[in-house]
Amino acid sequence: MTTNIDATSGVRVHEIYKSFPVPDAPGTSRLVLGGISFSIAAGELVSLVGPSGCGKSTLLRLIAGLDVSDSGELLVGNEKIVGPSAERGLVFQDPNLFPWLTVRRNIEAGLAARGVLREKRNEVDEFMRLVGLEAFANAYPHHLSGGMAQRVALARALINHPKVLLLDEPLGALDAFTRMRMQDEVLRLWENRRTTMLLVTHDIDEAIYMSDRILIMTPAPGRIDREIDIDLARPRDRTSDSFLHFRSEILEHLHFAGKAADVST
Amino acid sequence: MNADAAVTDKPSTLPWPMQLAVPVASLITFGTHWLITQKAPPLEMHSYMLLFWEILGVSIVLAIAQLFWPALRKWMRHMWPIFTASILLIGVWDVITAGLHLLPLPYFPGPAAILRSLISDRALLLDSTWHSLVLLLSGYTLGVIIGLVSGVCIGWSSPVRYWGMPLLKVVGPIPATAWIPLAMVVAPSAIVSAAGLVALAVWFPVTMLTASGISNTRASYLDVARTLGAGRLYLIFRVAIPAAVPNIFIGLFMGLGASFLTLVVAESVGVKSGLGWYLSWAQGWDEYGKVFAALIIMAAFFSTVMTLLFKLRDRVLVWQKGIIKW
Repeated sequence: MTTNIDATSGVRVHEIYKSFPVPDAPGTSRLVLGGISFSIAAGELVSLVGPSGCGKSTLLRLIAGLDVSDSGELLVGNEKIVGPSAERGLVFQDPNLFPWLTVRRNIEAGLAARGVLREKRNEVDEFMRLVGLEAFANAYPHHLSGGMAQRVALARALINHPKVLLLDEPLGALDAFTRMRMQDEVLRLWENRRTTMLLVTHDIDEAIYMSDRILIMTPAPGRIDREIDIDLARPRDRTSDSFLHFRSEILEHLHFAGKAADVST
Repeated sequence: MNADAAVTDKPSTLPWPMQLAVPVASLITFGTHWLITQKAPPLEMHSYMLLFWEILGVSIVLAIAQLFWPALRKWMRHMWPIFTASILLIGVWDVITAGLHLLPLPYFPGPAAILRSLISDRALLLDSTWHSLVLLLSGYTLGVIIGLVSGVCIGWSSPVRYWGMPLLKVVGPIPATAWIPLAMVVAPSAIVSAAGLVALAVWFPVTMLTASGISNTRASYLDVARTLGAGRLYLIFRVAIPAAVPNIFIGLFMGLGASFLTLVVAESVGVKSGLGWYLSWAQGWDEYGKVFAALIIMAAFFSTVMTLLFKLRDRVLVWQKGIIKW
């Protein structure tokens, strides 16, 4: 497995503004991102937390190239982001597997979409093993549990060896136990491959457990309010004093930051 | 009959009442027929009685075979109540028509007379079925191909939707048969005009349902595909079309129904062959036994075509089924 750590896989978000028209009031628009700036080093795992509606998912879509910002600059390495590309994978809360394809063919989809399936078919087995789904190769998505489906989605996104993996609450729909197992799974994938990862989450424990750094956003229009380096060795102990210290620090901050009632803990 | 036996899920044995149901029903039906013909002028009833012996013989053979063949037993468990009811229904028909003369002749012949028409005119019926099949398949295939292409274009591209949708909404609802006067003038031959009308009848629902399936493709599937590096062709052919297939099949079924209707009408007015033509020809000669014979052939023919489409759907949409497939 090749690692993708090199300077070209860092992400730079500079002064990004994005507004959306308000459906009920024509002619007006709502500012969702108000000049947000930050950067992610190559191979870094960064979490984005903040009150809902602060533009986290919008930002992820902009980095993925699925939407266009009103102004500002988005770079991966030294290249401007102009549209979607296989070098920036995206995993949603809903695994969004193609229901008409088997597990194996879903994982292959990334290769097929780029037209390189023939040359790289041998990698499919590797990725099925990587996420532990060899036994379900010919199953259709609706037979999979939520955790399994999300593993397929991860494998599908990773098979293109993206420079950056964008995760939009990927574990948000899973039950607590599956969720914790999947956090380890994602960490293992990250440690193996050192793909730059940007994780949007509502779960503060998850953010502390997984990330190198946590970015806390303000309510809309979203900006970075605070950055917290999580300088704990992995694997992290969710009950250690330092873990809990980070936890209360972030919670406290979110309360100071305003409407944080909907942030789950 | 033993209705609840059809639902129970114990494939061990077939209950006695069920095994006997078909032979007993055929005894009742054909016994009635024998009684009826005793009082009536002697008709040729040889073939009808032959049918009785065949049903009786086959049902007895099957009753024995199912003892050693579980798959057959399962099938019989499911089908026998229906067969029994069908046979009894034929008996009721016989009593109403040939027995009590409750329905006016010659419009409602008894089952024996219908069977006689079916057998005596079998060559022409077979030929008509063959012509109908050719016409149906050519028209349907043409309509489906054009419908899929126009449906995908309308569903995918907004300029095409802008110009195509009004046309579809205005022209589509016109029943294909309403075009018959024009079609007969425009087309080089009656066969071509009939095939074109069938195609037109199929085209509308297939286009409509394909277009709506394509344009309702979940946006997130397309987003995911884009972040996997998909180009436009992949998005259309590997994401939007597969996502639209359940809808497309609804269109194919609606189109098939419309094609049967159009086929029969087109054949009876323009084309000088096919089941539709046979039907109106028999009616012209007041040969209602033949009319019913044609109806029976149509029922068998159309339901077979329909069943084939269902089978195709089950194959293509296997991913929708609740069956575990690994």
